[in-house]
Amino acid sequence: MADNQKMWAELGMNLEMHDMLCAVLPGAIGDVFMSQENRPAAMDYFDMVLADVHGLRPAELVEFRKNGGKVFGTFCAYVPDEVIVAAGAIATGLCAGSQFWVPGGERYLPANTCPLIKAMLGARFDKTCPFYRLADVYIGENTCDGKKKAYEILGTDVPLHVMDLPQMKRPKDYLKWADEIKDLKELVEKVTGNKVTEEKLAEAIKLINAKRAALERLYALRRNKNVPISGTDTLLISQIAYYDDPARFTAMVNKLCDELDQRVADGVSVAEGKKRILISGTPMAIPNWKLHNLVETSGGVVVCEETCTGTRYFENQVDESGATLDEMIQNIADRYMGINCACFTPNTARADDVIRLAKESKADGVIDVNLMFCQTYDIEGRSLEERCKAEGIPFLGIETDYTDNDAQQLKTRIGAFIELLG
Amino acid sequence: MSRKYIGIDIGSTASKVCILEEGKEPVFEVLPTGWNSKITAGIIKQDLEKRYDDLDDAKVVATGYGRISVEYADHVITEISCHGIGGYNMIGRDCTIIDIGGQDTKYINVVGGKPIDFLMNDKCAAGTGKFIEVMANRLGLTIEELFELAEIGEPISISSLCTVFAESEVINYMGEGRSREDLAAGVIDSVALKVATLVQRKELQDTVIITGGFSNNEFFASLLSKKLGKTALAMPDGRYAGAYGAALLAKQKDK
Repeated sequence: MADNQKMWAELGMNLEMHDMLCAVLPGAIGDVFMSQENRPAAMDYFDMVLADVHGLRPAELVEFRKNGGKVFGTFCAYVPDEVIVAAGAIATGLCAGSQFWVPGGERYLPANTCPLIKAMLGARFDKTCPFYRLADVYIGENTCDGKKKAYEILGTDVPLHVMDLPQMKRPKDYLKWADEIKDLKELVEKVTGNKVTEEKLAEAIKLINAKRAALERLYALRRNKNVPISGTDTLLISQIAYYDDPARFTAMVNKLCDELDQRVADGVSVAEGKKRILISGTPMAIPNWKLHNLVETSGGVVVCEETCTGTRYFENQVDESGATLDEMIQNIADRYMGINCACFTPNTARADDVIRLAKESKADGVIDVNLMFCQTYDIEGRSLEERCKAEGIPFLGIETDYTDNDAQQLKTRIGAFIELLG
Repeated sequence: MSRKYIGIDIGSTASKVCILEEGKEPVFEVLPTGWNSKITAGIIKQDLEKRYDDLDDAKVVATGYGRISVEYADHVITEISCHGIGGYNMIGRDCTIIDIGGQDTKYINVVGGKPIDFLMNDKCAAGTGKFIEVMANRLGLTIEELFELAEIGEPISISSLCTVFAESEVINYMGEGRSREDLAAGVIDSVALKVATLVQRKELQDTVIITGGFSNNEFFASLLSKKLGKTALAMPDGRYAGAYGAALLAKQKDK
């Protein structure tokens, strides 16, 4: 840890403030993760990554940059890592899931902005996250008005490129997104000095497809009658997916899945007699485990997340048959345009996803969780509820933030919802 | 002697107890929750032991926001389920229950004798008992006096969604010299409106009943009925619905 302090100092972090963040993490990890029973042994790797979340991976990024490597920070499941990786750079998620960063963000943003966006600015301007210090260029995307305006503020402090995500899904929008990806390619080529060749891009597509396939495999295992892994553990894996080395992450997820295969064969369950819950809604960035923890300590088990830290991150693959750069980029664009986010209109396919996933994962009920002030998801909650009701799937809508002050009330609501399923 | 089933509902303001015994009418008790739910739970236990000498095999279900403080409970069940079951058994048919508690307001829909849907106000005191309590204090009235005055007043519109801001709004009206009757009427009217707004997305059945601290107030029931466009019935023992439901669930779980 002494090495960490030195690294953090060299990164220009606010050490005193950062120490406060580090001080609460071990307790949170103990309460949320270590208190669970019968965890898979292969969670060790992810526990280790989490325990030294601001040490292990940042140290790798520091090494990488010493040798001239460039790091790109991203915020959203729509930004294609493939292009960044193909230029020999590293893509890292800049997650913003802690209340710790919210007050810092409120110096720059109205209080009625979603906590994720506030935390994003707080983490940058408070200098309390090594990943925010290590990214040479940030890649934003205009998925909502709050983020759009926040990127303008972030861009005053760090090089930032915004991708213009279409908000409809007509044929011309798919072409437009491919164009945006071409711009991203040119940017990463310029920043890294490396050419994105057909060979490199094809390789990168395979690498990221393998990562998505591993997550798909993990999620499929949760569909078993005997749930082999908790939702809380799976959420952690989905969060780590955003910033770990892709090849190593894929290997570790597959190793875990081998163990889970055995659990399924042996009929091992971590959730005997618990109600199966699908969570839909807004992303849960690390270290936001609030809802999963509440559900799984109230008689439920989360069997699927239809979120950006869930199926929206890994469902559908990039077609690997593209031969030219243009074809590959269009294939990448098509895959990412297949993600159904509430920033699109119309977005009925998202409700289709939720219904399909609820059936596949044999969910007893759906809990739709939206970050406070996330207007698009909040509004969409109503039509989602109607669709679920029409399908006979019990539905609970929750709006919350990163604070704990509604924990007791949420415990009552979630507890009651699970009782009603019984 | 038959086994007793005890429901304990530790609410934010009042704690309610229901004792069920084969062949007897349910017995209801109420006491203030005070500042420590654990102490309240202890007082309830002592009190029960004083009055009954055959509690060894009694079954206890705890509910309410302080439910986890009842360490001697056999089961802990949320107030949604308990109010649903209690309200349903009080009225004797499927119904929509509107529970106005000390710190939250709940909508519970009971179909086929089972709660199937619910809604709770978010973390805000508007439209709850707390709001009425704060306003009564501000007007220098007891809650009973507030209701009495409200009946003869012309409601002044109090539009703030937040209890703290609504209090400022009331202070402004007081500064203007508006009558206490009209202010009291405004306070009660705003609670009824907020409750009606909360449940407007949800289905109301033909039978709507009120539970919680003000459930026996006919004036409030008639006001709420107007806002809902549907008759909401005052329930004389409505404040005990949660405890009654808990006792009934204790019995059900024993079988």
